[in-house]
Amino acid sequence: MIAPLVFAAALAAAPAAAIPADPPDYAQVALADPAKEAQAAALMDTIRCVVCQGQPISGSNADLAADMRRMVRERIARGDSPEQVRAWLVGRYGDWISFSPRMRTATAPLWLVPLGALAGGLALVARRLRRRSTR
Amino acid sequence: MKRGLIVWLPLALGLALMAGLYLGLRKPEGHVIASRLVGQTLPEFTTRPVLPGQPPSASADFRDGRPRLLNIFASWCVPCRDEAEMLVRLKAQGVEIDGIAVHDDVDALTTFVAANGNPYRHLGIDEAGRAQMAFGSSGVPETFVIDGRGRILYQHIGAVTEDDGRKLIAMLEHAR
Repeated sequence: MIAPLVFAAALAAAPAAAIPADPPDYAQVALADPAKEAQAAALMDTIRCVVCQGQPISGSNADLAADMRRMVRERIARGDSPEQVRAWLVGRYGDWISFSPRMRTATAPLWLVPLGALAGGLALVARRLRRRSTR
Repeated sequence: MKRGLIVWLPLALGLALMAGLYLGLRKPEGHVIASRLVGQTLPEFTTRPVLPGQPPSASADFRDGRPRLLNIFASWCVPCRDEAEMLVRLKAQGVEIDGIAVHDDVDALTTFVAANGNPYRHLGIDEAGRAQMAFGSSGVPETFVIDGRGRILYQHIGAVTEDDGRKLIAMLEHAR
């Protein structure tokens, strides 16, 4: 993920002296502000590419993933919070687009099932230990 | 006996989990991502003009009391070429279709409509996928049914076949 960005940044930077610079294409070029770029990069790692489906948009070569990276960086640069951008995407593509699902009725089992399994396991162990100590 | 059963419970649950994951792996890949905007007002968008004399598609041209189709396509997309004939036939039957071409350019689109016909009332190029994302569209071709008040009634994913065409016409009639 880093290498193509560096490469793209180098491509964008090289001819800058010769010709008037185009506005950077934020699909490939990092934001100048490191704090905002860090926010955008973290968000892009948790947005699923709707074309390749297994990949986050940060690691996908699909055109639509590039469009989403551009949109994410532009919105973050404009002052939107990462969660506002995520909510905008979820409002259009559904929870599926986010690798970081929100807690709601349909997604609650993601958190409750492991907790329930842990509680059940602890109960079994506790019973076994109690029986052993009373024997 | 009852205690014996409980001891096997974690193993049984583990096996059930593994069986579930195994079945999940065997399921064919690819997940159709439907737009969440169906039932809502269409999002704001504009496009770049393509052909001289043909206005670009824009959200402002909806809400005029006339239901119509919004077709998201691309000249490089093979199923889009396949559905073009059906769209031309829909146009001949009086259906209004506005087109949004994604990741496209004027030359390729000019060639595309010369070869496959131009079923579009308005046609424009979507800059940087902005309109496509605003619609929650995840690929091409997709066709949205928009009622006269600018509300999205339906999203058709994939090429429009003859059967689909009949269904879309029925929806447009119903939306009138």
